Amino acid sequence: MAKSIDVSDLNIFYGDFCAVEDVTIPIAARSVTAFIGPSGCGKSTFLRSLNRMHEVIPGARVEGKILIDGADLYDPEVDPVEVRRQIGMVFQRPNPFPTMSIAENVIAGMRLNSRKLKKAEAAEIVEGSLRRANLWTEVKDRLDKPGSSLSGGQQQRLCIARAIAVQPQVLLMDEPCSALDPISTTAIEDLIHELKEDYTIVIVTHNMQQAARVSATTAFFNLAGVGRPGQLIEYGPTTKIFTTPENESTEAYISGRFG
Amino acid sequence: MSSTLATQPPPGEQATPKFTARLHSPQLPRWVPWALLAGSVAVGLALHFMVGWGRALAIVVAWLGYMGLLVTVSGRVEGRRKAKDRLATWLVTTAFVLALLPLGSLLWQVVSNGLPAINAGFLNSSMRNVVGEGGGIFHALWGTLIVTALAALMSIPIGLATGIYLVEYGNGRMARWITFLVDVMTGIPSIVAGLFAYALFVIFFGEGVRMGFGGAVALSVLMIPLVVRSTEEMLKLVPNELREASYALGVPKWRTIIKVVLPTAIAGIITGITIAIARVIGETAPLLIICGSTDSVNFNPFDGRMMTLPVFIYSQYKNPGVPPEFGIERAWGAALVLTVIVMTLNLVARLISYYFSPKTKA
Ligand SMILES: Nc1ncnc2c1ncn2[C@@H]1O[C@H](COP(=O)(O)OP(=O)(O)OP(=O)(O)O)[C@@H](O)[C@H]1O
Ligand SMILES: [Mg+2]
Repeated sequence: MAKSIDVSDLNIFYGDFCAVEDVTIPIAARSVTAFIGPSGCGKSTFLRSLNRMHEVIPGARVEGKILIDGADLYDPEVDPVEVRRQIGMVFQRPNPFPTMSIAENVIAGMRLNSRKLKKAEAAEIVEGSLRRANLWTEVKDRLDKPGSSLSGGQQQRLCIARAIAVQPQVLLMDEPCSALDPISTTAIEDLIHELKEDYTIVIVTHNMQQAARVSATTAFFNLAGVGRPGQLIEYGPTTKIFTTPENESTEAYISGRFG
Repeated sequence: MSSTLATQPPPGEQATPKFTARLHSPQLPRWVPWALLAGSVAVGLALHFMVGWGRALAIVVAWLGYMGLLVTVSGRVEGRRKAKDRLATWLVTTAFVLALLPLGSLLWQVVSNGLPAINAGFLNSSMRNVVGEGGGIFHALWGTLIVTALAALMSIPIGLATGIYLVEYGNGRMARWITFLVDVMTGIPSIVAGLFAYALFVIFFGEGVRMGFGGAVALSVLMIPLVVRSTEEMLKLVPNELREASYALGVPKWRTIIKVVLPTAIAGIITGITIAIARVIGETAPLLIICGSTDSVNFNPFDGRMMTLPVFIYSQYKNPGVPPEFGIERAWGAALVLTVIVMTLNLVARLISYYFSPKTKA
């Protein structure tokens, strides 16, 4: 049920500006792949092209091929809505729905699609998802309060709960722990470990230790220069990337000598 | 800062007074501005009653004197920056009072002139067979409510849909043309809207047509651009991140608009619509042309003349009858009712935006 992703020769554009160039990478099913790299090198952009969120931005487009379990993601026949139902996403900036309560935010994936939920079933999903996102104890007494009344880190965890509530087969996480304290970070990493049993997970992170802790594969992105497109420098088993990277710039980035 | 503190450890007693000296600066006690104001008022009163200056002149001199005193005293005691702050506050207050003066005096006029006319009979009777005393606005009140309700019924769906199209779907030539046309519509003089409605209805009903529905069409022409504009502005305020959050959950665009975007913006949209209604409810010229003027009650907007409050005010003022006092009084009474309706609509708009806007607090 988890899906593997095969990217080949992918170029990603914002209008005429090529943000990411020539990416070829296989992403294995039921494993965690981490993207690392300096700010602005196109990690988020690449991540968003994996569930067709990139094209939501006016003028944005991609060239190249992405295969999900062998099927072309950008085939004209493919319905992006259906794609996003199966490939969930946690955004870099938390974005809970301000008109909805905490509980409604968690089950927004079902509610917005008018899927009928029994009350007990909904409560179960709310509690389960919030527990896995390590938010339950903090909000269990105020589930009917607005989602935007939470702190930044709580909102981030709420968005994680919302994304896993719909049980996507692939989960794309864009710096999910950037606003979290070490305790919540550990909880989210535990969640990632648990999810990878069934799902494919791609995570963007600026935290090297986190990449080393959670991922099986690591991909390093870098900028060729100012105003130049970002590129995938190398990818491979995390242990190898962190101990004996092939590329000099990877080594430099990981050991903190630049970026 | 921290490095200097770390490298050369200063004796604590020496550093602290210096530091606090910079944080604390002399400040006028709170009562001083009030005392100065009271003094200026006293001087103004004296100039008016004892020296015999005109009222307006005395007020202006006292107010300017207050400013001079306050800025001088503040400059001496508190320093230049605070004095400038006081001057700016004084300027803003002056502007505020000047802006409020016309509104206050208008309300005073309308209430003091209109209140004597208001009674049960005034609200419950029409002008049928009334020449002098008596009569009322029953027919005009209903006419205004019916015509405005019909106008709202037509404008809200069209305006809302257009606004949604422009923000959520429109890009390219079509949207630019619509925006342009809406801008043009915003500038249409209301009398032209009335003539347009008349010309339109002449096509179907022949020369001399008069009906309430025609008035509603004319008001729609004026109201649609207002609704489009406010809808557009409010939808633009909805952050794209919310739309993306919804898309990422596999929610189609139309559902996202209905269930995420509109609920987030609904308070502002309803407020805008209410204010648009308040704007057109007082229109006179187009209704004079197409709804006409009558003394009798007419509940059917598709048949014959229909009186409305603005037209009622106009006709009572123009032909007050004999003796004229009663007509003039009725005009003021109707003006008061119309003003109350408009203010109620504005109040409702505020309540709506208060209760419907997304809450961040518990
Ligand atoms: N909506 C957009 N329109 C145009 N250009 C964009 C847009 N979003 C990102 N870019 C550009 O694309 C490039 C890659 O941006 P991206 O957000 O993918 O970087 P990132 O690797 O995620 O950085 P960070 O680590 O800071 O999140 C940058 O040069 C950025 O300026
Ligand atoms: Mg990013």
